[in-house]
Amino acid sequence: MPITVSLSVNGRPVTKEVEGRTLLVQLLREHLGLTGTHVGCDTSQCGACVVHVDGKSVKSCTMLAAQAQGASVTTIEGLAAPDGTLHPMQAAFREHHGLQCGFCTPGMVMSAVDLLQHNPSPSETEVREWLEGNICRCTGYHNIVKAVLSCAETMKSGAKAPAAAAE
Amino acid sequence: MYAFDIHRPETLGEAARLLSGNEDAKLMAGGQTLIPTLKQRLAQPSDLIDLGQVGDLKGIREEAGGLTIGAMTTHATVQFAPLVKRVIPSLADLAGHIGDAQVRNRGTLGGSIVNNDPAADYPGAVLALGATVRTNKRQIAGDSFFTGMFETALDPGEIVTAVHFPRPDSGRYMKFRNPASRYAIVGVYVAKTGGAVRVAVTGAAACAFRWTAAEQALTRSFTADALESLTVDPSDLNSDLHASAEYRAHLVKVMAKRAVAGMM
Repeated sequence: MPITVSLSVNGRPVTKEVEGRTLLVQLLREHLGLTGTHVGCDTSQCGACVVHVDGKSVKSCTMLAAQAQGASVTTIEGLAAPDGTLHPMQAAFREHHGLQCGFCTPGMVMSAVDLLQHNPSPSETEVREWLEGNICRCTGYHNIVKAVLSCAETMKSGAKAPAAAAE
Repeated sequence: MYAFDIHRPETLGEAARLLSGNEDAKLMAGGQTLIPTLKQRLAQPSDLIDLGQVGDLKGIREEAGGLTIGAMTTHATVQFAPLVKRVIPSLADLAGHIGDAQVRNRGTLGGSIVNNDPAADYPGAVLALGATVRTNKRQIAGDSFFTGMFETALDPGEIVTAVHFPRPDSGRYMKFRNPASRYAIVGVYVAKTGGAVRVAVTGAAACAFRWTAAEQALTRSFTADALESLTVDPSDLNSDLHASAEYRAHLVKVMAKRAVAGMM
C-alpha cells in the first residue's frame, strides 16, 4: 500500500508517494533526482550514502523513506551556499585533494561535517575513528584525513559554514 | 525487500493495537539490523510498525540514583549525554563503540536488546549493571531477559519501553571487536557496587551470560591477577570464521583482566 511522506530536503518541502519498502536513498536519487548521494555497498558498511537527517549523519541506504516523515534532510547538494560557495569541508577536500575516484566523497564530506559538530578540534585519531563507517576503496584516506583536519582549523579561525539549506 | 505495509503510530497504545493479533507484523526501532535483514529477504513481515514517531520512548533521566533510558534512545544520544557520562561513564563508553557513527545515530537501546544478537554490546551492560527491562506490560529483571540466541523473555505483542540501569561504583566494558563489523567477538563488562561484582560476557556464546566464577574471584580480591587461575570452558562458546571457541575462551579472560585493570 503506497504511503505519503512529507519532509524537507535541502530546505525545500517535499511530499511524495512511496512504497513502505522505499529506502531514503531511493527517494533522494530516484524520486528527487539527487544523485550526489551514492549507493556503494547497499549493506550499511561503506558510507557512500551518508546524508544528514535532522542534522545527524545517517546511512540513507539503511533508513526507510517512511522513517523520514517530518524530518529535515540535507544531502551533498544542499551543503554549498545557494551562490555556489563551497562549504568549508568541500573546499578543504578540494584544496587537499581528499579524493581519488570521487565515489565515496559525498559520504565522506557529510560524515566529516557531522564530526565537527560534535568535536570542533578532532585529533587525527579521532578523525580516523569517526570515518570508520566510510570506506574509500581507492584507499585515499591520507588526504581525506588531512582535509578534515584542515577544515577544523579553518572553521576555528572563523570561516563559517554557508547558511545551508536545511540545518 | 519483499513488500509490506508500514504503520507510523504516534502512541504506544496505537503501536500495541497494530501489533496485537497480527503474527506477521513486526516492530521497527532504529532499523539498523532489521532493514539489512529485510533487504536480504531473511524476513517477510506483512506489516512493519515504526516506533520512530512514538515520542515517550525517547530520553534519559536520572532515577533512584541510576539511569532510565527510553527504548528508542539512540546509541549516539547515550554516548554523548553528559548525564550518562556523569552517572555511568562505562555505559556511555560502550554506546560509543557500537557500529559506526552513522549506525549509532539511528540504532537504539531497545532495538539492540530485543534483537539479542549474540555479538551485540548492550546485553552485556544489562547483565553487568543488573538492569531492569520495562515493557508496556511489566518489568523484567535483566538477568532473565536474554533466553537464547536472538530470543528474549518478551511475550508476543509486548513492547520494551525503557531500561533502568542502577549506578555501579565503577564499571568498565572491554571489547575485542571484529575490525570490519565492529561487533564484539568477545566483550566483557565488569561492574562493582559496594562489595558485589558482576561480570557479563557478550559475543562469546549464543547469548550474553554472567561469568560467575570471575565474579566470585573478584569479590574476594578485586585485581586482574585474581582471574589468572580461572579457565573458561570453550565447549559452549561460538566458533566461526572470526574466532574459534578456544580463542574466544582465551579472549574472555583477557578482556575481563583488562576491564578490571582499567578500573583500578
